[in-house]
Amino acid sequence: MLSTIHDPRSIPPPRRLLPRTLALLAVLLASIVLAVGLGSVFIPPSEVLGALWRGLLSLGSGAELSGNDIIVWQIRLPRVVMGLIVGACLSVCGAAFQGVFRNPLADPYLLGVASGGALGATVGIVAGWPRSSIPLSALAFALAAVGTTLALSREGRRFPPTRLILAGVVVGSVLSAFTTFLILRGEDRARQVLAYTLGDLGFSGWRDVVTVLPYAVIGCGVLMALARALDTLQLGDLTARSLGVPVERLRLLVVLAASAATAAAVAYVGIIGFVGLVVPHLVRLVWGAGHRVLLPVSAVAGAALLVLADLLSRTTILSQVGVVTTLLGGPFFLWLLARGRSD
Amino acid sequence: MTEIQDIQIQVAQTPEPQTAEPQSLEHQTLEARALHVRAGTFAAVQDVNATFPAGVFTAVIGPNGAGKSTLLRALLGLSTPERGEVRLLGRRLADWPRAARAQTLAYLAQGEGLPDTAQVRDVVALGRGAGAWRWGLIPTRPWTDADELAVTDALTRTDTLRFEHRRVSELSGGERQRVSLARALASQPRFLLLDEPTNHLDLAYALDVVRYVRCEVAGGLGVVAVLHDLNLAARADALLLLHEGRVLAAGSPAEVLTPALLHTAYGIQAQVLRHEGRLVVLPQG
Repeated sequence: MLSTIHDPRSIPPPRRLLPRTLALLAVLLASIVLAVGLGSVFIPPSEVLGALWRGLLSLGSGAELSGNDIIVWQIRLPRVVMGLIVGACLSVCGAAFQGVFRNPLADPYLLGVASGGALGATVGIVAGWPRSSIPLSALAFALAAVGTTLALSREGRRFPPTRLILAGVVVGSVLSAFTTFLILRGEDRARQVLAYTLGDLGFSGWRDVVTVLPYAVIGCGVLMALARALDTLQLGDLTARSLGVPVERLRLLVVLAASAATAAAVAYVGIIGFVGLVVPHLVRLVWGAGHRVLLPVSAVAGAALLVLADLLSRTTILSQVGVVTTLLGGPFFLWLLARGRSD
Repeated sequence: MTEIQDIQIQVAQTPEPQTAEPQSLEHQTLEARALHVRAGTFAAVQDVNATFPAGVFTAVIGPNGAGKSTLLRALLGLSTPERGEVRLLGRRLADWPRAARAQTLAYLAQGEGLPDTAQVRDVVALGRGAGAWRWGLIPTRPWTDADELAVTDALTRTDTLRFEHRRVSELSGGERQRVSLARALASQPRFLLLDEPTNHLDLAYALDVVRYVRCEVAGGLGVVAVLHDLNLAARADALLLLHEGRVLAAGSPAEVLTPALLHTAYGIQAQVLRHEGRLVVLPQG
């Protein structure tokens, strides 16, 4: 009897999933080494690893970096780390949104975060604010957009999912209209706005990483703590309530945590499409639907994917990471759909 | 196993100091007292008095809009009654802590959704409930062998242990419904409330569900099931016939399934026959 008992936190059986998880971690590591190594100056993997190691040591000792170590630590690594954080955030938030709305089409931008961020950045760019204040403007607008969506969908103390989604669509459309209007008024800066909207990790420095990190850690941390409650919610609102889950509280917490993390990501790197939509679906196919596994694995997969997409964007003509993810993500999503049909 | 049952019994017998009525009877029922429930502006349930004893299979029947599902939700504490009250094991339902209530009352919703890519055993494990978690959201105690045993037990009782490692998407409709039933039984509840558990099931599967539920009733579980099919409902121990939010009749199938009552409730002419000891409702026309 006892021999058949296993920990439900690692279902499907850990024997089968461990190799896959290790493989995914290997992909993550490889993508980091590759992304740091490739560029105008090629740095071989062994040297990348050496530079990373020396840099970590020097953080402790305060020693000066030299040669390629400077390229690794001051130019390439912040961009890669930002990619890791944003990729992880978008995927975890996408998975959580799909779970909390029980809607496979949900993505982190569902409630207007992206349109809010875009409007905030556009206002900043068109008004000619200094470069450093643009993310702050984007962040403020993104959070305000989600706040508006929540306020519009509120029904007493409840936030019914359908109303949330509809309010999110409306808020998104209205804000996009404002953005378009501003772009047309400030024509000469249209290209700059477009570049932001399509997502770009190129400007990321350590200071940006440090700003985004707390939102990402707290947001994703809250979502992962709610994993088991999200699992229960998959049985339906009424069933989850009958099992003792306060569904309204859960939904509000997920929306707040995911929006904070997404807003920070959007503010600093722009709108990167499809990662938050596709990665959770892909992970679910292999690792199953349990959020205790789905959320952390999505974080790893999303991080690796975005670093690789960013690498493609800087080494090919595609030039914007958002273009790469959408070009790859769209067809991939169609493949997922076709696959589901043939089953 | 015995440990869990002991804990449940302790929860169940938390005495209510003001109760003057005899405990032995009080402690075995789920009860609606002068219950009024509104759905929007519509009085969906009006002045319903009903007692659902443990170890009895009660079917709630009535035409569409009679207030069956609304009554079930009020009995679960999922909606707040406008007037009247629900008493679970002699204690006002509103006074039950969320944890204990979630463990004592199980619910199988109409057309309960199951996540397609989840494994059967995981789904059933969700039935162990969130009641005692911090804020109802974050598990505060580790998963124990007792939990595992309860899950295995629920899988065994519903004959779903065979495919515990399969994904939900690989199951037939009848198998899914048994998994949902196992999920509901996993908390080892005292009462199980089912909302049209046989909806959209082929007759063989519908009979299956009733058969598994019957076994649990024999083991002392109190069951309240909303059923549409009167011939399935005829297999229950007791019937509660609702009409326009009120109780039209309550009693044994023979007392409730009469041509006169069926005409009042459903507006149909029906014959009620007895075949091999069981009632059969034959609508005319």
